[in-house]
Amino acid sequence: MSAMAFPPWAVWLMLLGLAAFAGMIALSIRRNRGIRRTLFAFPYGLWIVVFTLIPLLLIGYYAFTDRSGAFTLDNFRTFWDSNFEMRKQMLDMGFDPADLGIARGNVNMDTLIYSLWMAFLCTLICLAMGYPAALFMADRNFKLGSTLVVLFIIPMWMNFLLRTIAWMSLLEDNGLINTLLGALGLPRMQLMYNSRAVLLGMVYNYLPFMVFPIYNALSKQDPKLSEAAMDLGANAALTFFKVTLPLSLPGVISGITMVFMPSVTTFFIPRVLGGGNTEMFGDLIERTFLSADNWNLGSALSLIMMVLILLSLTTLRKFDPEGEGGTMI
Amino acid sequence: MKKLLSLVLIALLAFSLVGAQAQGTVNVFNWEDYISEEVLELFEQETGIKVNYMRFTLNEDMLVQVRTSPGAFDVVFPSDYAIERMMAEDLLQPIDYARVPNAVQILDWLRNPDYDPGQVYSVPYMWGTVGILYDTTRVSAPIDSWGALFDEQYKGEVFMLDSPRDALGVALKYLGYSVNSKNPAEIQAAANLLIEQKQKGIVKAYQVDETKDKMVAGEAALAVVWSGDAQYAINLNEDLAYVVPKEGSNVWVDSMVIPRSAPNPENAHIFINFMSRPDIAQMNAEYIEYSSPNAGAIELMGEEYTGNPTLNPSRETVGNCEFFHDNNDVKVLYDTYWGMVKNAK
Repeated sequence: MSAMAFPPWAVWLMLLGLAAFAGMIALSIRRNRGIRRTLFAFPYGLWIVVFTLIPLLLIGYYAFTDRSGAFTLDNFRTFWDSNFEMRKQMLDMGFDPADLGIARGNVNMDTLIYSLWMAFLCTLICLAMGYPAALFMADRNFKLGSTLVVLFIIPMWMNFLLRTIAWMSLLEDNGLINTLLGALGLPRMQLMYNSRAVLLGMVYNYLPFMVFPIYNALSKQDPKLSEAAMDLGANAALTFFKVTLPLSLPGVISGITMVFMPSVTTFFIPRVLGGGNTEMFGDLIERTFLSADNWNLGSALSLIMMVLILLSLTTLRKFDPEGEGGTMI
Repeated sequence: MKKLLSLVLIALLAFSLVGAQAQGTVNVFNWEDYISEEVLELFEQETGIKVNYMRFTLNEDMLVQVRTSPGAFDVVFPSDYAIERMMAEDLLQPIDYARVPNAVQILDWLRNPDYDPGQVYSVPYMWGTVGILYDTTRVSAPIDSWGALFDEQYKGEVFMLDSPRDALGVALKYLGYSVNSKNPAEIQAAANLLIEQKQKGIVKAYQVDETKDKMVAGEAALAVVWSGDAQYAINLNEDLAYVVPKEGSNVWVDSMVIPRSAPNPENAHIFINFMSRPDIAQMNAEYIEYSSPNAGAIELMGEEYTGNPTLNPSRETVGNCEFFHDNNDVKVLYDTYWGMVKNAK
């Protein structure tokens, strides 16, 4: 019954993970990489095995089993048809779901599509705001550039949850902004409890992840290149589109990945700023694990999310084969 | 260096073993912020037993911990339906009432609860109701029915609880069903009511912890809350009032239980007895501001407590309410319908 009681299967998986780790070490030593070097890699290797490899194997295990630990694909059916498990239970109880008009449920699919859409919008806005900001900061003639960099970094020293809650006290009906509007004799606005507020929170939190890779790519650029373009008669716009932009593409690709990934798995922000009125895929996974106490479905949903992210990353990778922008995969 | 390291490790290991097995400890697992710290100090002073205090925020989290860490807890504070679940899984040991003389203080109507018939396994600690907290300056008439939550007059003015059982429970009660309904048609009717409520724009937000402070700040006119949160908000904003609607509601009890695997059952009994002593129960009730199940403590608190309908609702009001029962077999129905409510546009 308990989701936490690890079945023998899972224990074997863990042993397998550790065995693979031991194998890697043995191989490394045999390939004459030197024992010393291998030893230096040991802490990180162990870290990866214990906190990445084994949890991944466990997620895979839960996703393909039911509560009793038997192999099943039902979790993926429930992803496609959110009413699947419920209909099964109703039939077990002697009710015909058709009598209640229970057909395919699209809650999980809709939530996924909504999350992808929100992540897309967030990435687009971050790019539109982040690229010019990075251009400014990287401009050698702009004295305040380095100050701006620091200003972008400072909010990141504060915890992400705190920053989001701070937005709440700004946007509330009786929050700072509305109090200000009221004091000026202007009508108050409902700024919170909707998707726009969620998007705002996401853009605010993820913008730095767009700005810095682009800033890095731009500031590494040799200014002589654009000077040469100008000398050869290109105007500012042409120089930008023919020289600066193409050279900064690796940074842009990296920024897009760094923003899109956390955006699509966002949770907590919809609850705090959206008032829980809309759920994103991250919230759905959280609710499935905690409130619904269904680790199997939760794992299947997480697995689907991971595969989607992997797919989008490999697609993006095609645009930046050298990995110059520091893309993570 | 290596020697030093291994010495330190051995010492640490030895300490952790001693910590777990020492005679004079009691391992307590309670809700977050749900006890007066002073009470714990007093207990340690008076009995010489060291309290190893741990916290949880959800019955479900607590259940997982108790299942997977046998021998880690001596006293746990689950709610009614969680007690039922733990009994079904044979996780609890019967209370030896000879060692808990203060249990005579427990109020009569809590003596034989239907989640633990004969109160074999649990001694009540705190109780409360679910109801509507409302801003008297923003409603047209005093609220007495769940119907207000579905009234378009309060468009954009309602906070609902972000929890499948509590939110669907409210709708079930309004429709005249039990909060423990296992009838798919009834659960569906309740879900449809909540979907309609959302689509009409009546709901401002689904939340749990944020509600009380937002009600104090005047963010909404109506909110579904637990009585303790209501009391907290009323203390800070006198325009607020709390009511248990006439259709009835959910009443809940958090109790003290002893896991079957408890390493120090003796100390667990001493701890439960101490918590049930009137002056101690009073300190906790006044700190937590939920309803006390302890007759002696209520007497000590006097008019201030008995005259407060939020903390001390009439017997009639409580009689109209139901305990939650373990609903494992229909949980997937509640969770799936709740997903539809959360996803309704």
